[in-house]
Amino acid sequence: MNDARKYWQANIRLVIGCLVVWFVVSFGCGIFFVQQLNTITILGGYPLGFWFAQQGSIYSFVVLIFFYAWRMNQLDKKFNVSED
Amino acid sequence: MTNLQLWTYCVVGATFALYIFIAIKARAGTTGEFYVAGKGVHPVLNGMATGADWMSAASFISMAGLIAFKGYDASVYLMGWTGGYCLLAMLLAPYLRKYGKFTVPEFIGDRFYSQTARVVAVICLIVASLTYVIGQMKGIGVAFSRFLEIPFNYGLFLGMGIVFIYAVLGGMKGVTYTQIAQYCVLIFAYTVPAIFISLQLTGVALPQLGLGAAMSDGSGMFLLEKMDKTLVDLGFAAYTTQKGSTLNMFLLTMSLMIGTAGLPHVITRFFTVPKVKDARSSAGWALVFIAILYTTAPGVGAMARLNLVNTIQADSIAPDTSQNLKIDALPAWFTNWEKTGLLKYEDKNGDGRIQYVGKNFKGVDANGKIIENEMVKVDRDIMVLANPEIAQLPNWVIALVAAGGIAAALSTAAGLLLAISSAISHDIVKGIIAKNIDDKTELMAGRVAMSGAILVAGYLGLHPPGFAAQVVALAFGLAASSIFPALMMGIFAKRVNNTGAVLGMLAGLGTTLVYIFWFKGWFFLPGTAMAPDNAANWVLGISPGSFGAVGAVINFIVALTVSSFTAPPPEHIQHLVEDIRVPMGAGAAVDH
Repeated sequence: MNDARKYWQANIRLVIGCLVVWFVVSFGCGIFFVQQLNTITILGGYPLGFWFAQQGSIYSFVVLIFFYAWRMNQLDKKFNVSED
Repeated sequence: MTNLQLWTYCVVGATFALYIFIAIKARAGTTGEFYVAGKGVHPVLNGMATGADWMSAASFISMAGLIAFKGYDASVYLMGWTGGYCLLAMLLAPYLRKYGKFTVPEFIGDRFYSQTARVVAVICLIVASLTYVIGQMKGIGVAFSRFLEIPFNYGLFLGMGIVFIYAVLGGMKGVTYTQIAQYCVLIFAYTVPAIFISLQLTGVALPQLGLGAAMSDGSGMFLLEKMDKTLVDLGFAAYTTQKGSTLNMFLLTMSLMIGTAGLPHVITRFFTVPKVKDARSSAGWALVFIAILYTTAPGVGAMARLNLVNTIQADSIAPDTSQNLKIDALPAWFTNWEKTGLLKYEDKNGDGRIQYVGKNFKGVDANGKIIENEMVKVDRDIMVLANPEIAQLPNWVIALVAAGGIAAALSTAAGLLLAISSAISHDIVKGIIAKNIDDKTELMAGRVAMSGAILVAGYLGLHPPGFAAQVVALAFGLAASSIFPALMMGIFAKRVNNTGAVLGMLAGLGTTLVYIFWFKGWFFLPGTAMAPDNAANWVLGISPGSFGAVGAVINFIVALTVSSFTAPPPEHIQHLVEDIRVPMGAGAAVDH
């Protein structure tokens, strides 16, 4: 397998991993399992599911994008396809 | 002139002077500068400009109002309008930046080697963007007419004039630098009153934490607990519990996310950064700046609702109405908003006081009359604008909110108008009608198209079609069902060919349009709906606004199936796809 294909596969794996987290923090914690999570409260009086739906999912999205950008920059360098 | 009006004139006037100053400083000289700001915008600044571009009058004015009245169910907007940035950053932005052209239809036309695909993309783009612009124009008019007390029309003309100056002269370059200034104005205007109110109610400065904190009124209850109790006691639905169906919440959130990632004026913003890796991080910065407002909004919504209820139902439990707001002693904000028609009461039991209760409330007043809800109209859109007045904040804060609302509407309008004008001058004039025009003529065509778009938007703002509020579902439906899948397959599915892509786009678009028109009327004409627009008639309980995600799935299936039965794309297209998948060799802007 050549380097270009390995780079692309590593990229796809990273994207899938990130999108799984993306799905879990928003649809999982904020919608599908919201009632179960609401039995726990955090940061004072936040029901956990409600917190994920209105706060936590958004914070997670931000972290995810920066994590993805950082890992992709590493992959660019490793496979020698960076622009610099 | 009142003290508040004086403050508003000063604050709004100062922000306008700033925008015009930037417009003169950042004049576009080439098509590259006009369409994509010469691809030289730093990723953090680009993120800030994207934030202003994205956060419209709807985000600034309407969203907290939606949250205030829908509670937990409004989470779909919070997640839907932010989660799309993950899709943008990971699936679209870096590759489209690598491709290095100016517009979204241009990529679709080149990748699927098809003028038809390009034209379909242009039509989707123009319909989606024009739809959106109408709302912005209305937002500008409302903010002006309420706070400066000038007629709606004048406010609209003033807004059009300002956008004309910096968007026509500066193009993307002028728009970008003005948007950075507008972001600062709008975020300051949004967070300052939120912090004040959070401190008043909970003693915690950050509304993100205040929403979960204990009330400082000595009741010993948490704010959300108090919300739930107050609302349920008054016969409203509880704040933190789910009211809609789970399937519909899931699909609506998904449609908004995919739609966000497919809206052309947002995607174009990632063409303006110097490098592929900047496109990745810039999406992150955009979301940071957006998240500041979106994580503040839940606090603003909940606290505004609580303040509203407590102002009217001073002693929240209703049977004893002796503490309720007296009709002959209404506060100034109440009478001011009443004048706009967005707030209305009716003293049904004739006790000279207002009762504000939900439809589940059962009880009688001191004279034995049944207590009914007397707040017959509380428009959701007034919550953010009226919030600082309800909480009795100083006048300069109220003036700031007016300037922030106008900044949010102007910055989004400019981004949309730019997307429309570049689709016309670059994709239609240069791409199809007159291929050989030089850079200078195309720049001229861009400016003429922009002026035309501003006039059309202004006209639609003055005479909004009756369906203005409903077409937002259409904008997201179009972007989600046609543009996003086409772009994603263009990058990730090398085997998808022209026939597959065009049929996929038409299938996604067609089903989504039919589903929306079925319940809302053909082309939104009143009386032509095929079935009443309510949950009982929706297929599987899917609302028309949530159908975009289903349309996207149909698009993917049709495109992939058709492509597998027809000839693969030509070799040079396959090379093109391989090339955009690696960042190396992106270089500066190239035009043809």
